[in-house]
Amino acid sequence: MSDILAYALHYRGAFNKNSLGALSEGARLAAELGGEAHAIVVGDSASAELCRQLGRYGASKVFLVAGPEGLAQPVVDAMASVISDGGYGYALFGGGLLGFEIGAGLSARLGAGVAMEVTGVRVEAGKLIAQRPILGDSQISEISYRSEIGIIIARLNAFEIKETGGADAEVAERAVEFSAFSTRARMLTRGEQRGADVDIEGADILVAGGRGLGNAEGFELCRELAQAFGPGSAVAATRAVVDAGWYPYSAQIGQTGKTVSPKLYLAAGISGAIQHKVGMQASENIVAINKDANAPIFEFSDLGIVGDLNKILPKLTAAVRAKKAG
Amino acid sequence: MKICVLVKEVPDAAVRKRTDPATGRLDRSGERTLNPYDAHAIEAAMQIREGGAIEVDEIVAVTMGPASAQRALHKAVSLGADRSLHLCDDALAGSDVAGTGYALAKTLAREQPDLVLLGQQSDDGECYTVGAVVADHLEMPSLTQVIKLEIVDGKLRCERQAEYGYDTVEVELPAVIAVGDAINEPRYPSLKAIMGAKKKPLELLATADVGIDAERVGGDHAAARWIAAKEPPRKAAGLVIEDEDTDQTVAQIVAWLEQRKLI
Repeated sequence: MSDILAYALHYRGAFNKNSLGALSEGARLAAELGGEAHAIVVGDSASAELCRQLGRYGASKVFLVAGPEGLAQPVVDAMASVISDGGYGYALFGGGLLGFEIGAGLSARLGAGVAMEVTGVRVEAGKLIAQRPILGDSQISEISYRSEIGIIIARLNAFEIKETGGADAEVAERAVEFSAFSTRARMLTRGEQRGADVDIEGADILVAGGRGLGNAEGFELCRELAQAFGPGSAVAATRAVVDAGWYPYSAQIGQTGKTVSPKLYLAAGISGAIQHKVGMQASENIVAINKDANAPIFEFSDLGIVGDLNKILPKLTAAVRAKKAG
Repeated sequence: MKICVLVKEVPDAAVRKRTDPATGRLDRSGERTLNPYDAHAIEAAMQIREGGAIEVDEIVAVTMGPASAQRALHKAVSLGADRSLHLCDDALAGSDVAGTGYALAKTLAREQPDLVLLGQQSDDGECYTVGAVVADHLEMPSLTQVIKLEIVDGKLRCERQAEYGYDTVEVELPAVIAVGDAINEPRYPSLKAIMGAKKKPLELLATADVGIDAERVGGDHAAARWIAAKEPPRKAAGLVIEDEDTDQTVAQIVAWLEQRKLI
């Protein structure tokens, strides 16, 4: 019961970074428990060659299951099938949308305990204890499992990718008969990009806008400030304003967007929900402007300004421009 | 078709949240309100009813929680639900996600819904998970974080943001769909609807009424158990400036940026 099964999400021939982080963590924990880390890959486009690479991150064995991609329920069937072989104590998922769905479905299927948004895992008396921040990260709760299988769903970027220098993983192709209801959802289009292709990952300075900008035109204030900072700066956005169509998806920070760590992250009209925070908290300097003094972003910004961004941003733009010129 | 909407009572966002030091569980006392995400789920049900692509016979609000949770049902009814079910039993207290999802699925099974809607997360636990647990028990296809929902040829067409961009997924009914806040703008209830909400049928159910196995619910049977809550290592508090004189504020920001060689 000391083996760990990690789900490895892949898309267009590459594994998801959060999956690789989860597998790396799984390998570390399995070693401490005296077991092995295995991975499971579900999809018709994944090759055995691709799966073998997971050995580098600590998987000794990879189950490759043919099936639909990008949907959770077929993966629940596949993981339940592999776990029924025995030997597993835990199932592990990297941060992201599918991990939540698969982990929750598997919890129901196996009657297994589940902890989500997990940022750390430790071993105590041969068992895993999951650590999950709660209440706006003001506390960390510790969760133990009493079920045969424990399910751990990580928070985005919680686990570092570590190459162990391991050999190629053994790949076991496995046929799984999917439940009738698992195949009653079908992907019509996947990974559609909406809006212009904006590069924000290379920027040293990001001016990010949220709902507090008021409307799409509000982004002009962010653009002007980014321009004043000069080359190496760009404009980013929150999920809410991207879904509202105010700014392109390619500039979105957070849970279902990009993860960035610029030298300066200036957040304008962003409340700082956890789903946003996980994508930018590694930034070197965080400046926040928000009219709500109770906005969570002030809990993790280095400099917080409580005020009206419509008054502050234009004057800040002029001041930065003047400094740059002088 | 019959739509069931899962709703939940949560602490008001304005009330400071904390855990009970004795149990490590969330202290759920204090001012309470309908989980804001669930208002989007009810609105989604109303828009399907009003959209006309499919006949909606009934919208039923369903909750599990202590006696006070009735208020969330009243709110749900004032927003458009026709009647409500309240699963209320001391045996359910302290249930984990697996137990809660199981109990809700048992309650829903009695109603035989064609569509189950819920908010993708709750303001207190931010779980994202209950929908998928319920769906597995009900053996229905499921999708969470849905931001657009249409009925096309008797099936659902759902859009959501996933790991690699926007996905469009076709889901056959019956199904369980968790919605995000971008899906719609919930309406305000009319005064008449608020006044009338308490007169709409509300059925109180205990675990035995819906065949819930008492060994699978409640804090004592939780498969995932909170064993401790502790303070995280704190980042040094940042400097916060209240903007009174904007010229002065901007000068302070610029000085701060210069100090760190960011300009």
